[in-house]
Amino acid sequence: MSAGKRSNEPIVWFLFGTGGFFAAFFLPVHVLFYGLLFPTGLVHAPSYQETLALVRHPLARIYLFALLTFCFFHAAHRMRLTLSDVLNLRHLNTVLAFLCYGGALVGTAFTVWLLMTV
Amino acid sequence: MSDTIILEVARFNPEDGGEPSYQSYEVPLRPDWMVLDGLNHIKDQLDGSLAFRWSCRMGICGSCGMMVNGRPTLTCETLLMNYAPGPVRVAPLDHFPVVKDLVVDLDDFLAKLQKVRPWVVRKDDFKPAREFIQSPAQLEAFHQFSLCINCTLCYAACPVSGLDPNFIGPAAIALAHRYNLDSRDQGIEDRLDILSQHEGIWDCTVVGECSVVCPKHVDPSLAIQQFKLTATKEWFKSFLLPRGKH
Repeated sequence: MSAGKRSNEPIVWFLFGTGGFFAAFFLPVHVLFYGLLFPTGLVHAPSYQETLALVRHPLARIYLFALLTFCFFHAAHRMRLTLSDVLNLRHLNTVLAFLCYGGALVGTAFTVWLLMTV
Repeated sequence: MSDTIILEVARFNPEDGGEPSYQSYEVPLRPDWMVLDGLNHIKDQLDGSLAFRWSCRMGICGSCGMMVNGRPTLTCETLLMNYAPGPVRVAPLDHFPVVKDLVVDLDDFLAKLQKVRPWVVRKDDFKPAREFIQSPAQLEAFHQFSLCINCTLCYAACPVSGLDPNFIGPAAIALAHRYNLDSRDQGIEDRLDILSQHEGIWDCTVVGECSVVCPKHVDPSLAIQQFKLTATKEWFKSFLLPRGKH
């Protein structure tokens, strides 16, 4: 391995790491508010129109784009490694990478479409 | 409490052509006896044919690592009493080829270790007139990683080492990192060539068991994650400045 090639893993690891940051610090806030506090009425929920106005703000769109895409790639990377090591599918590495990161790319495209059209 | 304990010891002799098996021995259970004392009792009193490595009996030489009840352990600093009433199962370290009984073949590990050049590498013609002065902060940067005793418990604990025999592994990366962080060293580029390959740091999936089992409280997992950041920065640099020197 002395004359081997440097891995291109840094790109997916960078997306994974950044996604981990968003998934750990920001995603739980959304789950707390939209999954628990708003539905149970513990905190007054904003109306549909108020939420829509917020989502249409350019900064909110940029934030949501970053939050969702990085989280998709975080999930894709974790899914790929879990499948390949826990289920012992290392020989299918290329297929798994295609499916997992491909899924994240589809999610990214869908996010862009959603944020552009909302 | 009984004053003896049963040790179930893995036996394997490739020259016999036999299958690996376990053999039970009854040894005294004394409050100050380590698992290694039990093995030495077997060797001296019960069965001289048992093979295992040991040397210092004080957690410095790193020779006596074995699987004790399925966990990578330095047998010289683990009390037999911890496993009372027994039985205790002692096996060779996981993920290594077995030479005989509890003795594993370390050649592959030593070759990997040598590849990362775990010594101070100088690129210039550095001939200091006096000692090389390091500040306490410069020492602190690498000190914990220098405590590795090459016992290879981390390789036995690492599931990736089991899945990919080419993975350069926790201890070799921790020691490479130790020299990368040393203010006297200039060898990081050479080590990047080895560590930035898939079988270098990128095989690691941050299970973290290497750091859990380390008897010297080295944190190889931290070394690997820190170096992933370094390697990622270098990767982006070479991507953005393809013709720059890296």
